[in-house]
Amino acid sequence: MLSIHSILRGIIFYNNMNWIINFLTSSIGKKLVMSLTGLFLITFLPVHLLGNLLLLKGDGGEAFNTYAYFMTNNPLIKFTSYGLYFFILLHAVQGVLLAWQNKKSKGKKSLVNTYTNKTWASNNMALLGILIFAFLCIHMGDFWFKMKFTNRIDIIDSYAGYEGVGIKDLYSRVSLAFKQLWIVLVYLIGLAAMAFHLLHGFASAFQTLGINHKKYTPIIKLLGIGYSILIPLGFAIIPVIMFFK
Amino acid sequence: MKLNLKVWRQKNNKDEGRYEAHTVEATGDMSFLEMMDVLNEQLISEKKEPVAFEHDCREGICGSCNMVINGKPHGPQQGTTTCQLHMRHFNDGDSIAIEPFRSAAFPVIKDLVVDRSAFDHIIQAGGYISVNTGQAPDGNAIPIEKDLAGQSFDAATCIGCGACVAACPNGSAMLFTSAKVAHLGLLPQGKVEHTKRVKNMVDTMDKEGFGMCSNIGACEVECPKEISIENIAMMNRSYLASVFGGRE
Repeated sequence: MLSIHSILRGIIFYNNMNWIINFLTSSIGKKLVMSLTGLFLITFLPVHLLGNLLLLKGDGGEAFNTYAYFMTNNPLIKFTSYGLYFFILLHAVQGVLLAWQNKKSKGKKSLVNTYTNKTWASNNMALLGILIFAFLCIHMGDFWFKMKFTNRIDIIDSYAGYEGVGIKDLYSRVSLAFKQLWIVLVYLIGLAAMAFHLLHGFASAFQTLGINHKKYTPIIKLLGIGYSILIPLGFAIIPVIMFFK
Repeated sequence: MKLNLKVWRQKNNKDEGRYEAHTVEATGDMSFLEMMDVLNEQLISEKKEPVAFEHDCREGICGSCNMVINGKPHGPQQGTTTCQLHMRHFNDGDSIAIEPFRSAAFPVIKDLVVDRSAFDHIIQAGGYISVNTGQAPDGNAIPIEKDLAGQSFDAATCIGCGACVAACPNGSAMLFTSAKVAHLGLLPQGKVEHTKRVKNMVDTMDKEGFGMCSNIGACEVECPKEISIENIAMMNRSYLASVFGGRE
């Protein structure tokens, strides 16, 4: 039977490109995928945070809504966002697979569990990752999905310069959600998981790339700690402030 | 001092294995292995099967005396092999749990003895220099920077015991392999085949079923020779260079 898979393999063998497959299935290759996708997601977070901080501007949501309109309609942003979805999924699926393989490689664990962990997070990356993924599903289901695929968000036509283009009032949807205590709590838990995930992931990504240097590694580690605290904290103040507003 | 031991007993690889409780009278001057000897003599006099454990040099350089003591490979003392760990670090009445090194790539042969041939296979894949280096050169004929020689020597202190694999929650052998890679690859004679060596040793390491490194760092803490995970970063770099820059 000629399947797509066998055709692909044929092309790869014929062109002597087997080394790519070998690399991507090697232990270091698999880790490199985790590192690069992780670093890409790390560059995304500050951009996302800066946009979201417009929610706190206090102008009834005009700045945030026009920003959301720009983000959903600009072709370049749209293209990048598909890359982002792909990398999130790749990072998540690969991460779970690696954790599963690592568990198999360990086999029976020591019955006295006093493994030396430098940090708690480093030993629980898969668990934290799954928590973050669950949070992302709730987060995207609440805003992204409703924004893109339903008519449940009102249209505003009164913004100067945007008459008739049909800007969706995502701001009202967000402030409605953040008036509910359980949603705010879900966000805080998700962000805490992200903070711990980053606490190990940020510096770890560089080590996987082979960047470990007496002069630069302490800087990377310090930046990593700063990033893992400040970015989730920045995200966390939004639902908290909107809850009490 | 009186010690309450919980020793792992396992007939062979197929056996499930279980803890066995024993009490042993030891003194602070005994090494951990001497305490194990006392236990075995006790067992022999009771006409019971002695506990199988590996040992050879008993001076911290052969890497045989592998056991997990209270959850830590080679016990609680940092930078020390089991044979160099003395009972004075324990107190009268302590309970001590003794297990073999745990990893799917290190199957238990009997009691505390595990099969570490997987490490031999990694060494066979590249732990040597095959270029012709001629006769022994005159001392200092090849200039080598002091720091580099030191770095290579630090990596060369790896005794291949496998504590890194036992300490790693992923059962990864990256610290061992990277120590061998750094030891040979940093010096002029070894540098020639460095990229090829890294590729071959990492590929063999993967084939042997060791886990992947997630940069936890437990290995470097438990390593009796205190090998640094800087070596792992160096190996990652070299592997990438070998895959993308090499001709194979």
